Amino acid sequence: MTRITMTVDGVSYSDEVEPRTLLVQYLRESLGKTGTVIGCDTSNCGACTVHLDGTSVKSCNVLAVQADGHEVTTIEGLAENGELHPVQQAFHECHALQCGYCTPGMIMQACDVLKNNPDPSEQEIREGLEGNLCRCTGYHNIVKAVQQAAGAMSSSSASSASSAGSAGSQAVSS
Amino acid sequence: MIPAQFDYLAPTSVADAVAALAEHGDEAKVLAGGQSLLPILRMRLNAPGVVIDLGRIPELQGVSEDGDHLVIGAMTTYAAVLASEAVTTHAALLSKAIATVADPQIRHRGTVGGALVHADPAGDVGAPALALGAELVIAGADGSTRTVAAEDFFEDLFATAVGEGELLTQIRIPKHTGWGAHYEKFVRVSHQWSIVGVAATVRSEGGSIAEARVGLTNMGSTPLRARSVEEALVGQPATDEAVRAAVASVNDGTNPPSDLNGDADYRKHLATVLTRRAVLAAAGA
Repeated sequence: MTRITMTVDGVSYSDEVEPRTLLVQYLRESLGKTGTVIGCDTSNCGACTVHLDGTSVKSCNVLAVQADGHEVTTIEGLAENGELHPVQQAFHECHALQCGYCTPGMIMQACDVLKNNPDPSEQEIREGLEGNLCRCTGYHNIVKAVQQAAGAMSSSSASSASSAGSAGSQAVSS
Repeated sequence: MIPAQFDYLAPTSVADAVAALAEHGDEAKVLAGGQSLLPILRMRLNAPGVVIDLGRIPELQGVSEDGDHLVIGAMTTYAAVLASEAVTTHAALLSKAIATVADPQIRHRGTVGGALVHADPAGDVGAPALALGAELVIAGADGSTRTVAAEDFFEDLFATAVGEGELLTQIRIPKHTGWGAHYEKFVRVSHQWSIVGVAATVRSEGGSIAEARVGLTNMGSTPLRARSVEEALVGQPATDEAVRAAVASVNDGTNPPSDLNGDADYRKHLATVLTRRAVLAAAGA
């Protein structure tokens, strides 16, 4: 067993884990954060995408011990004060899901795409989400939701400029 | 599935990592970015007793310049290479090839050194490394290092010059400043391994090709360099007709696999087409 300490969704955790424990297993089975799902178990589908120190990773393809000392954000850590993150809100409004299984990973990766490129073209969104598979093939509305979120995020950051509100939402998505 | 049990070591220096390799020998597997190794461990295709994680060794990270060479630490991630202006400026071919690797999440974790040592013939890093004449710095026991040319680095399927007890530490790439570059990758679905890939970089002079380097992905058990094409391109104008003639010999020395994605003859056909496209794009035509 190896002792690891990491911050997940703003809370610090310290646990003994077997070195072979995958990050996604640790999140789900030790911390109960079942919002992050396991889709394919072969690092293809992206359903288990989380942010590790602010960049997206497939958490079935990272060992928990590799995340020791680092910061993880899951889908459960995106909403603030009961208010959905703009990407979550846009997925809801655009009905960007059918069965919903790929949604946590899609949203986490969409946040990563928008962090690097706040105004992506449709092609850039599709390429940014290429590591996330929707088995219902509901890509059309997913792309629409990311476009809507990009608009919402840029108008909210423009209107609040460098206010605490916008800094707060960036801290969550970065 | 989850991996079989293993002991985990996370050394913080190359010296400690080499010492750990010496101690555990065959039992040990080196973990770089883990984007190929972890699926292998999960599917139980390999079950090492010890995993040595290089992720906490700062000296293996980052891109720097050393005179007329770029120096890329073996644990530099694909994403860090893509973000490096030095690589874009002096080794554009490497950036172009790496931009096609897998997907963004994988590129955040996967490393250049890990890909080279894993030596999957369908991987996209070997061909540009070969075409750019990279040199691979390998650390061994007692602080020794040796440098191997990319030409001598790839030995066979998943086999390189990195021997038992050794670690790849740096990739040194001669600067190709001002060379045009293109990586033409053929896949049927997004984020797939290359069915065939062609890495081409070209120095143009007065409207014609002065020098060219061409590397091939998945056209044999190792990445290959198409030297006859490189020679035939010298002095040619960057026109469809001239390049078409010059790339006709691209399959000399190739031995592509036949599999579900295509048989060997199909890959040879692809190599001809993709090489023409890659060279023309690299030459800005």
